[in-house]
This record gives sequence, structure tokens and C-alpha cells, in this order.
Amino acid sequence: MKGWTGKLIRVNLTEKTIKIEDTNMDDAKLYMGGRGLGSKYLYDEIDPTIDPLSSENKLIYMTGPLTGTYATCAGRFNIVTKAPLTGTIGASNSGGNFGPEMKFAGYDGIIFEGKSEKPVYLHINNDTIELKDASHLWGKDVSETTDTLLLENEEDAKVSCIGPGGEKQVLFATIMNDKDRAAGRSGLGAVMGSKNLKAVVIKGTNGIDVNDKFKFMDATKDAKDKILANGVTGIGGGLPSYGTQVLVNILNEMHSLPTHNWRTSRFEDGDKISGEFLADNYLIRNKSCFACPIGCGRVIKIPDGKYKGIVAGPEYEAGWAYGASCGVNDMNAIDKANHVCNLLGIDPITMGATIACAMELYDIGVLSKEEIGGEMKFGNADSILEWTEKTGNREGFGDLLALGSYRLAEKYGHPELSMSVKKQEMPAYDGRAIQGMGLEYATSNRGGCHVRGYVVSPEVLGIPHKTDPLETEGKAGLLKLFQDLTALVDSSDICLFSTFAIGLPEIASMLRASTGLELSDEEFLLVGERIWNLEKLFNLEAGLTKEDDTLPPRLLNEPVTTGPAKGKVAELDIMLEEYYELRGWDQDSIPTDEKLDELSLANKALA
Amino acid sequence: MAKGIVIYPDKCTGCRTCELTCSFTKNDIFNPKDSAIAVLPYDEVGLQVPMTCLQCEDPHCMTVCTVNAITKNEKTGVVTVDDEKCIGCKMCVSACPFGNMTYSSRLKKVLKCDLCKGIPQCVKECPTDALQFKDLDGPLHKRKNIGDLFSDVFGEVSK
Repeated sequence: MKGWTGKLIRVNLTEKTIKIEDTNMDDAKLYMGGRGLGSKYLYDEIDPTIDPLSSENKLIYMTGPLTGTYATCAGRFNIVTKAPLTGTIGASNSGGNFGPEMKFAGYDGIIFEGKSEKPVYLHINNDTIELKDASHLWGKDVSETTDTLLLENEEDAKVSCIGPGGEKQVLFATIMNDKDRAAGRSGLGAVMGSKNLKAVVIKGTNGIDVNDKFKFMDATKDAKDKILANGVTGIGGGLPSYGTQVLVNILNEMHSLPTHNWRTSRFEDGDKISGEFLADNYLIRNKSCFACPIGCGRVIKIPDGKYKGIVAGPEYEAGWAYGASCGVNDMNAIDKANHVCNLLGIDPITMGATIACAMELYDIGVLSKEEIGGEMKFGNADSILEWTEKTGNREGFGDLLALGSYRLAEKYGHPELSMSVKKQEMPAYDGRAIQGMGLEYATSNRGGCHVRGYVVSPEVLGIPHKTDPLETEGKAGLLKLFQDLTALVDSSDICLFSTFAIGLPEIASMLRASTGLELSDEEFLLVGERIWNLEKLFNLEAGLTKEDDTLPPRLLNEPVTTGPAKGKVAELDIMLEEYYELRGWDQDSIPTDEKLDELSLANKALA
Repeated sequence: MAKGIVIYPDKCTGCRTCELTCSFTKNDIFNPKDSAIAVLPYDEVGLQVPMTCLQCEDPHCMTVCTVNAITKNEKTGVVTVDDEKCIGCKMCVSACPFGNMTYSSRLKKVLKCDLCKGIPQCVKECPTDALQFKDLDGPLHKRKNIGDLFSDVFGEVSK
């Protein structure tokens, strides 16, 4: 079949063996690629109860049938593993140019097993694949590692690597691609570090063929025209003009920008951490991932200090985590802290939110200056940079911050002050002011996360139609649709941002023309639902229960104090009951046999 | 009046749509390595520069071609390779001072921009107008602007 290359690389790091095998095409038809197919391999090959940082865990790089083609925003790939931060299935996707290069080299995916005795990296040049010594790279940051590997290998190769954060197994370490595109959440970098795998360097010179060229070009040009004409993604639109930080002022206006570790919902100095402010003061130009007409990436200038230079700017959630959440109004400091995350290879969302949690613990007197060996006050711009550096390198109190906010707050007897779900920090949308997001955080298969079902689209931006964010009615069905469609998008593998302008019909058209699969739009959506249920089965077998589908007490019990949502809490119970029903799950969140039959899935644990 | 592709690196976001468009239009496959245009990243200065054949007035590639497979059209200014005559010696690849002539070991031929019979597809599909098809006798200050941009950003870094 076209679209897929039909080949995978399997690397056993313990045995130092490299094998090329056929992609399981039966599974590919049911799960597409990326997040879906990667999850299927993981589910079939590991015991979900294992320690994520043990050699039994696997790390799976997987592309989709659209990766590397002309399809809109088709520069993405997924990395799938059991996540150390959450203990759930962990899939995280990344843009840039690495994913397409995997396809050009001739592979749908790479599966890493076992653990290397010494630091190694994998080098791939089409059919030539070898494990090489990485001792000289251990300890080097992402930028230096990437530069060194390009000098040692092909100068136009693509590099995916970890920084010191991953080496030292910070529980929210990232895997960085092309230096500044991250497979960012759930701590995949720590798994890579636990395997002593520093990097993957890849170069490919083969082309990608599609099933029906004319239909494919028609479908992609239709999608591209819609993206370029759209108010969010198109020429002069919000994303190209201001990047994802365009959201700061919008969310702040509706009092839905969590501030001071979610104590309040509006940040006084919101405009100083906004996309508009960034564009006026720091932006050099936009940067796109492969085949992306949007170009939301920010190339910015850090004007002073030891990180002076031209680097990648922060995304909305990263800017919020260091900004509003920590009460910091200094964009220069936020830019630097975000850049340090890219260099050390750690997730700025969890990092910022963990510092915010520590700031609250400090504020209520649970943490002292002596205890932590420094300052931890809300609003202190120097603190965010200092603690990010110390966490990435696991120095002093940073060693504890490296476990994320839940383990930190629990240690000091206040787990309720961790603004996390399934131990992963929620991002920048208040689930009390946007009820649909509350349900998304509680039900996301990888813990607190906005991009598994981004209902901010209808709830805030009115795409494809406006819903009332304070209402709970209809949100379960809306979220289910978004979650299923997103699973399909992540497995195709194109960028979620394209869905501001295109939907199921456009994505299905591109998939049909690329692969030749004659599935209806609804059958493609069912692929997404199948993936969602597979992830759920993994989590249930890993030991998670309905009790984990919840929100921090602050969202459930403490009403919003200002703005349109004043007096509101997240009305989770009522939405959750309906959500389980619509999912075809019982009220203990276990998929029913009928639902699993419908999706051609089997429940191993409960059989 | 001869028209050519004018590049605006300040507008390029590095999406590589031009590479995919070219390889698909000319060689029926999605493969940036089989494209006659390439986006070169200069990350240290945050710049992406699309590079393709400049259709030189006195093309070195044409001069060195031993079998006269490369010709320049007097009227349009386009320099083309006759794949039938080409013996694949790759002398032209070495001769091009800009590296804009490449050889594809997969297709067993040299790849060179021929401006798609006057309607360059990369220009048509570029989402940010970083590539434009224009009269080459236009005002020189445009080109000077780009020159200034380069010296600005590279100067900045060397400081």
C-alpha cells in the first residue's frame, strides 16, 4: 500500500542488534500511524504495569501515512512509550523536519527496546543503520549535541535528541527535534535517558509515493486553500501574526488565564506576556515546520545576558506557565527560561507549573528559604530561570522539582496544591470558566493536557461553531468528537492546528488519496475512537481507575472569583457520567464488550 | 524582457512547500532531494533561504558540458538540460558556483530549474510569497534590500 513505507527499524539496545521488519499493515489499516499505530505496538509488546524507566519499557518513534507528503502540515511524527510522569500511555508529537526524514529514509517507525550499557546514538542513512558511541555527547545540551552530530555525520541530516534533563531522568524531560521542536509532554525524554540513548540522527534520500496522485493533489490543495483563507491560520491570521501566544489576551479577557498557581483567573499584566507584546519587542520572523503554510513558530531575539542570541520563542502554554502561573510579567525572563528548557530538554509547561506550585508552598510557609536554598516568590523573574536551570541539571532543590508538582506537593503534605491531573500539570485554560476543558483535563489519556480534545476551539474561538463555555450540557458529546478526531489527526500524522480550518472531510480525503483505503469519513473517525479506547485499555491495565479521571480540588470546590465565570466551579460529575455513557463505557470507566466489539478491540486484562 | 524567480528570504518560513512542489511536478514523487529548489536554513541568524538556478547570462554549467546538452534560450533566458543528450558526467554540478545544479542518483539525471515553461509551480504554491516570478530588469534597490538583510543578521551574530 502507498502512504506507508512498509518498513520498521527495531533496535535492541541491550543486545546491540538492529533489525528491519515489515510494518504490520493489518494494524496500520486500523490505527493509521503515529500515535495510533505506535500505541498498538506498545500495547501488544509491553506489560502496562512495568516501571516506565526500566529496561522493559519501549520507546517507539512512529510516522503516519501523510508524514512527509504534500498534505497540509504533514511534518509531524509521534513518540510513544509508557510515561514516567503519569504512569499512563505517553504519546507526544513533534513537528520540524525529523518525521518526514524518517519516511525519506524508508521507515514508518523505529522501536527501541532494552537498555544500552553505555551512552549511544543511532545513525541512519537510508539502508545503513548503526549504533555509535555517544560518551562524548553525554552532558551536552540539545543545541551542542545537535551541532556536534551534524559535524560528525551528514551536515543535512536531522537530529532528535535529549539534553541533560533526559539524561538525568527529569520526569518531564522532552525529546527535542531540529533543536527546538519538542515531543514535549509526559516525560518521554526520561525514558530515552534511562536507555542511555542520546540521539537519533537520520538522513534519507528516497521519495514518498501516494496512491492516487491527482486526487491527492486536489485534496491537499483544497485543504491548503482553506487554511490560507482562515482567520486563525491564514495570511494575516492570529497564528501567523502572533503565534500561539495570540491566546493570552483572549483568555485573560474572559478571566480564564490561571494566575498564581490557579488562585485567580486573570493576570493583571497579561498584555506584557502576550503574542502582541512578543511580536512588537522580540520577534525576528516566523518559522514553519515541514509542509506547513501557517508558520506559527516564533524566531525571537534574546537581547542580553548569557543566552543572548536568536532562538525559538515560547508557545502560549509555556509563556503562561512561566508568566501568569508564576505571576511573572517579564517577557525577557520568560523567553530565556523557555530557551533553557529547549537546551536542557525539559517541558516548560510542567516546569513553569511546578515552580508555581513551589511558589504557593513557599507563600503559605510550607517551604522556607533555608529548605530550598533560595527565593521562590510569586512574581520573581530571576526565580523562573534559576530553578529551571537547577531542575534540568538536578542541582539542590531542583532535584525535587524534577519530579513535577504532584510529587513535590505530596512530599510536603499538600497534594491538593498540585494543579495536575494524573500527576501531569494542566495547561493554560481554566476548567471552571471553560467547562469543556475541565472534562478534557479529567479524561485525557495522558493526564492534564489540552491537545487531546481541544474544545477551546468551539468554547472560546467559535470554531466550527460557538458554544457557551459556562454550560455543561452537550460538552461530553462535543469533547468525545474532538478527542476521536484528534486521535485520527495525530495518527495521520498532521498538525492539530490545521483543524482550525479543515475537518474530518478534508482529512479523510487526503488519507483516502494517499493510502487507497476506501473508508468513509465515519469509518476514519472510528479509527480515532478505536485509538482512544486502546489508550484507555492500556491505562486501565496499568492500574488507573475512574478515581484518576478527576480534577484538582481547587477546580472542583473553589469558585472563580471574577469575570463571567464568577461563582463557577468545574461541574465535572454531571459531565463525566454523560461522557462515559457516550463512550460506551460503564460508570467505572471500563469499555463495555459491545463497544470493544464495535471497534474490533479486545480487553486483555478483563478477559 | 526575461523573467526570473526572485527570492525574499525575509518572507520565507522554511516550510519547504517549494521543494515538494518541484519534486512532484517534475519527478512525480514527494522527495525534497529530487527537487531543483532547496531551502537552506541559517538557524544561527534565524533565516531560511530558498535557492534555485539563477539562469546565468554566461552559464558555467553550459560552458563545461562536453556533449552540448545544456542550452540557453535567447528569448526567455532559460537554461535547460536535454536529458537525451546528457551522459551524466556531473561536470555541470561541479561547475555551478552556487550549488544550484544537483545530480539525482535515483533518477540518474541532473536536476535544474527550467521555470516550468514560464509558470514556475514553486512560486505558485509558496504560501508566503517568498518566491516571486518577476521581470529581472526591475529596480536594483530590491536586491540591495536583501543584501542589507544578510549583512544585518550576519553582522549581528559576529558582534
